[in-house]
Amino acid sequence: MKDFTSRALNVATHEGARYADIRIVNSRQQMVSVKNGNVDGIGDQDSQGFGVRVLIGDSWGFASSAYVSAAEIDRVTRLAVTIAKASSMVPGEPVDLGRPMNSVGKYTTPIEIDPFTVPLEQKLDLLFRADERIRSNARVTVSEGNVIAVRHDKTFANTEGAFLEQTIFESGGAIAATAVNDNEIQIRSHPNSFRYQGTGGWEYVTLLSAESCPSKETTLILGSSQLALQIHESCGHPAELDRVFGTEAAFAGRSFLTVDKRNNFRYGSDIVNLTADSVRPTGLGTFGWDDEGVPASSAPLVKNGEFVGYLMSRETASTLGLQSNGCMRADGWNRIPLIRMTNVSLEAGTWNFDDIIADTDDGILMDTNRSWSIDDMRLNFQFGTEVGYEIKNGKRGRLLKNCTYGGITPDFWNSCDAIASQKHWILWGTPNCGKGEPMQTMGTGHGASPARFRNVKVGVFR
Amino acid sequence: MKFREIADIVMNASPAEQTEVLAMEQDESLTRFANNFVHQNVTELNAQITIRSVIGTRIGIAVSNDVRKESIRDLAIRAYDVAKLQPENPEFKGLPEPQPVSRIEAFDSSVAECTPEQRAASVGVICRRAASAGCSAAGSMTTSAFTIGVANSRGVFAEHRSTMADASTVIMGSNSSGWAQSSGWHLKTIDTEALADEAMTKVRMGSDPRDFEAGEYTVILDPYATADLLELLAFDGMGALAVQEGRSWLNGRIGQRIMADSVTIVDDGLNSAGLPWPFDFEGVPKQVVAVVESGVAKGPVYDTFTAGREKEKHSTGHASPPSPHGRIGPVPMNLFLKTGTSSLESMIQSTKLGLYITRFWYTRTVHPRDAVVTGMTRDGTFVVRDGEIAHPVKSLRFTQSYVEALKYTEAIGATARLLRSGFGGATSVPPVKLAKFTFTSSTR
Repeated sequence: MKDFTSRALNVATHEGARYADIRIVNSRQQMVSVKNGNVDGIGDQDSQGFGVRVLIGDSWGFASSAYVSAAEIDRVTRLAVTIAKASSMVPGEPVDLGRPMNSVGKYTTPIEIDPFTVPLEQKLDLLFRADERIRSNARVTVSEGNVIAVRHDKTFANTEGAFLEQTIFESGGAIAATAVNDNEIQIRSHPNSFRYQGTGGWEYVTLLSAESCPSKETTLILGSSQLALQIHESCGHPAELDRVFGTEAAFAGRSFLTVDKRNNFRYGSDIVNLTADSVRPTGLGTFGWDDEGVPASSAPLVKNGEFVGYLMSRETASTLGLQSNGCMRADGWNRIPLIRMTNVSLEAGTWNFDDIIADTDDGILMDTNRSWSIDDMRLNFQFGTEVGYEIKNGKRGRLLKNCTYGGITPDFWNSCDAIASQKHWILWGTPNCGKGEPMQTMGTGHGASPARFRNVKVGVFR
Repeated sequence: MKFREIADIVMNASPAEQTEVLAMEQDESLTRFANNFVHQNVTELNAQITIRSVIGTRIGIAVSNDVRKESIRDLAIRAYDVAKLQPENPEFKGLPEPQPVSRIEAFDSSVAECTPEQRAASVGVICRRAASAGCSAAGSMTTSAFTIGVANSRGVFAEHRSTMADASTVIMGSNSSGWAQSSGWHLKTIDTEALADEAMTKVRMGSDPRDFEAGEYTVILDPYATADLLELLAFDGMGALAVQEGRSWLNGRIGQRIMADSVTIVDDGLNSAGLPWPFDFEGVPKQVVAVVESGVAKGPVYDTFTAGREKEKHSTGHASPPSPHGRIGPVPMNLFLKTGTSSLESMIQSTKLGLYITRFWYTRTVHPRDAVVTGMTRDGTFVVRDGEIAHPVKSLRFTQSYVEALKYTEAIGATARLLRSGFGGATSVPPVKLAKFTFTSSTR
């Protein structure tokens, strides 16, 4: 592999690049999905190729190809140089990458069982058993289950001397039941609605005959999995420094967390602590080095309610006089690295979850995401959940369907007055975060324990 | 390697009772700009071979981008081995039989051969226009060449090549922004001077937006916002799988008048005014399907699997690519909202109080059975009062059934714009005026 990477870097340097890197990636996925007692999808998918990124002067170029050969590496590297020179026709500010990244090493996700060694028959058996149990209730119209195994073998090298080999494993599975009547459709999924973490049992809730969520301003308690998505959309994305600098303005949007707000903005209440972390075990944002060769790390984004840090690349960090915290990740060999969330988590509080319920006179508990929408500055959001429960006089009451809530990001986080303790904290996986052009899909991790928010508008439906 | 050769390798290597091979190659380049300079400039050459192996009613799928002969042979065996593992699925009635496929021209060599310098020059026009006005432009230009081949052991053999060009920009002033986009398979459809003009006009019109109270208003939608109506309706239930599973807005509405008489929504993969494809990912020729005709819900589009689950139904040529992840179901990729006789100007002149909206942003379905959607307005929202644009307002959040919204269609524009869609196809849409649309909050 080193022959290929050296070849690309030598060609790039010879053609005038002041910096270049190459990633050679081989990805394999194995999926099994079952629906209503039949196999819905089963099989293997693999993709291999390489991408070369070059910096000529202050302009970037990137080219990639599925055909890994010496001749193709020469062609693609020269094409990347040509593209970078074309970029310089519409030039920008000087590019400073900060201190060189020259790590050499290997990283493999720590695993106990290689998910590819588990026979397909065993995976099918697990899913068929779950599917049968779901369909034992005649009101369920669609039963679904799936398991997935993913392996990425990545080699990274750059002109600063880095040479890194990583093997990243991902695995997971989930189940869901959908019930339909003349005018309603309700779904319950486990362990969360993104269908990508953990295996095993399931909870059973029928929602068709439940009352709809009322429209009012009330106290809202969010379960851990819904809170994970709240963090993703209203903290993770606005903390991406490329959004702040406007380079995602036309597609993914911008951010209200402008650079003047770092160390100078009350993002949430005193008990809100949010961390970006790529070393925490089992997270979808856990790795050895990012796709610029920056080592994995852990850093606060919000500390005691104060906004203190961004998710950064080498180039954007140096603009603020900082060092990258290793957030550049690419969705495969054919995509350029972008600033992506790693594991962005709400640190645990001190409350027992039952005590939060007991301490709430009037409110609603919502969990498991069903819909999500937020404006391009990441301020105005509206989310829907699969399930809700009325809270009255410190007790969980009747089941509620079609639950929604909305608000403005800093107002919402400043209304947080209780966060459950570490024993309720779960690190969730979000495998479907979209960003960039061409579109890239990335897995991100979000840990949270349930938390309470005051004066939230709920029940915006139809 | 030519597709005929790939197909021969697969058919000779596969021990299955029925075998299908889908091969696609894409050569796509994208030049992206922000803050008035090119910050990302990329190109990709990729291929993908998908093999479906059928034993009885069992299907195995294997997908790879390794196009070496021995790898293709191995892929056929992998798909067969996967098929062997599973129980019979009596709902699967087999791969499609061959049907005549028409030839459609959708390839422009000037797109396929577009250079990085040409793309940089094109987007440079937008960047300089924005910079000279003290504004900041962001956006992208994409040029893509695509080839697809589908063959199966029952005799299906179909090939097609196409190109796609798309450019879009958001130009930002101090407190306003404007958007413009165009798509097509000809390079000449991309006029970045015109895009810059259009976006800059909205920047000027949108300066100093005011707060505006949420509520129910008449809306006039630019084609960008109209496109969102069609794409979400497609996503939420124009495919037969969604209807069969009871999660479509078409459920309980087929045969009923659910939208205004003026609303006809057709999927037409053969129309060269769109991004035409003569056949679907199973090699079945595309039919022109009216999902809504003169306001009446007619029914969804089908692939071979979903057609086989119903009596006397046949595929309409709308299969999505087979995936080991599971069935996505059939999708319409070439939606057209039939044009009317109105114009944007007359829609504004005929409005006493309403909102003129450039586009919607981050729209998500809240309830699929009624196609209730929430999202934000973006890049230009304006109050229309007494037949004139009165002033810009800050972006608003809406929560609204798109089916219900089109029931109150008052006017449809006479000219449509083609916009690349999320399904890999494109949507052709004019501006529309809707009498009722519900906004639920505003932003800062």
